[in-house]
Amino acid sequence: MTSHLSWNLVYDYRELLSFHFMLNAMRAGTIVAVVSGVAGYFMVLRRQAFAGHTLSVVGFPGAAGAFWLGANAAFGFYGFCVLAALIFATLPGAGRSAGRVGNQEPAVIGTVQGLALASGFLFLNLSHGFAGELNDLLFGVIIGVTDGQVIALLVSGVVCLLVLAAVARPLLFTSVDADVAAARGLHPRLLSAIYLVVLGVSVAATSQITGSLLVFALLVAPAATAVRLTARPALGVLLSVLIALAVTWLGEGIAFFSPYPIGFWVTTFAFLAFLLATGYHWAAARVRVPAAVTA
Amino acid sequence: MSAIGHLLGPIFIQRALLAGTAIALVSGLVGHFVILRAQVFAADALSHVAFTGAVAALAAGVDLRFGLFAATIAVGLLLGVLGGRSGPGSDDATTGVVFAWILGLGVFFLAYFTAHSSSGNGAAGVRVLFGSVFGLSAATVVLAVVVALAVVLALAIIARPLLFASLDPAVAAARGVPVRWLGTGFLALVGVTAAEASQAVGALLLFALVAAPPAAAQRLTSRPWPAFALSGGLAVVAIWLGVGASYAWDRLPPSFSITAVASLELLVATAWSLTGHRRAGQRRLTPSAGDSDRRSPRCG
Repeated sequence: MTSHLSWNLVYDYRELLSFHFMLNAMRAGTIVAVVSGVAGYFMVLRRQAFAGHTLSVVGFPGAAGAFWLGANAAFGFYGFCVLAALIFATLPGAGRSAGRVGNQEPAVIGTVQGLALASGFLFLNLSHGFAGELNDLLFGVIIGVTDGQVIALLVSGVVCLLVLAAVARPLLFTSVDADVAAARGLHPRLLSAIYLVVLGVSVAATSQITGSLLVFALLVAPAATAVRLTARPALGVLLSVLIALAVTWLGEGIAFFSPYPIGFWVTTFAFLAFLLATGYHWAAARVRVPAAVTA
Repeated sequence: MSAIGHLLGPIFIQRALLAGTAIALVSGLVGHFVILRAQVFAADALSHVAFTGAVAALAAGVDLRFGLFAATIAVGLLLGVLGGRSGPGSDDATTGVVFAWILGLGVFFLAYFTAHSSSGNGAAGVRVLFGSVFGLSAATVVLAVVVALAVVLALAIIARPLLFASLDPAVAAARGVPVRWLGTGFLALVGVTAAEASQAVGALLLFALVAAPPAAAQRLTSRPWPAFALSGGLAVVAIWLGVGASYAWDRLPPSFSITAVASLELLVATAWSLTGHRRAGQRRLTPSAGDSDRRSPRCG
């Protein structure tokens, strides 16, 4: 099954898609990239990277528990991620930006994260399945995506995108200024809860492909890159999706021809995009400031 | 010695308790400031860096502990320098992007190590991620205790100005406290703690000791120094109870039971403070006019 990269890219592309598992991986990656690009954009805007990271980790005990009980791993992923999202939504301070001094929310989220990972470890210990399953759950496999999984991904992805589209405007408002939004009659807590559940579902879907530890890269990096390139929300979401797609396709393609896992390639390309955008942002600020000073 | 030794069980339990106590004390004390300074996400990042440092050291064939400490201290300093400018927890997206990539690097090193070592089967990676407090060597225990003493000493020296700088950075800076240097130095200490804790409970479960006991302590008392001491104490209790539980039921991995006890502490403390808070609120009901006014600036 080891294929070698020739310099004829058209040939490589045909060979890549001649494997059904690879076609499924590409389909799944495309769905996952679109959903993560959109959900991640709001996550970065709302400064909920820590909650997002914890949600992405919470899928691991869910899947490990399902594995232990002999159930379908997908139930574990979705069940645990949505449950954790609901817990976060009830925390005092939810709906407001994290990272304030004295805010107790991060401590609780951190504890949930630690407990989740420890439980996942316990479940795997109890089920005697070890290093192999553990590494797959944490770091993802691209060769195991079935047709059924692709359809399930598509359904959950479409639902996530529809819900996000429905709440996008008020969510944007509360994300930018929760107090003014509340004064205008919006419900920041309710919107935050809806958003967290959507984030949980999309993360649960993604982590089945990329593994629990690397979902976060796809959520945060394209969105953070997009935020550096433009301040306009609609364009930002579009850029975030495009970057996520490019990173995923490139990562999957190269992982197919290399001995190293997909997670490494996807995170590396995502990080490169972020570095380029940060460099651009920095250079643009340098160029613009003197012009503004002289004018 | 033999009597106490007998009481404490076999040698691996004694080692686990000794190293665990040192590690827990450091994690609890450092964690107090991590929570106060809202730098939980930075600690999260450092715990993932610990994983990458350790597997990179394995892949390069050097001592695992060297990779652990070098990576976490370097990234701790980097986070301090990058994030110090605009206050704690400023740009969480940047932190997230950087550590997601570092984790990806860790996956690369793990794959490399697994492919190129004769005995590698991913078990080493599991040990780094989830810890093995029952498998500590005598040398590791000595290192853990020495490092713990050094960190506690360093923290004791900077504790007072650090508390000032954490609670009110602007006023502290105006009074001549080197706020940025303190912040950077503190993140380096968090890095050392992450490396230290990853040997006991694993890189991924660091939160059990850095987040839960301090958060529980801060729910039990609002005075900073009693909370500081209580936080260290609660972390030590978590290690002792966790190790004891795993010794009693050998199907429970110690990393899980330690984390579970620490989480339970936070749960109990939250319940206690909620009931206490409600009582205080009822007492305050009569002069309630200023109550909502008093709360709004803190939330807003």
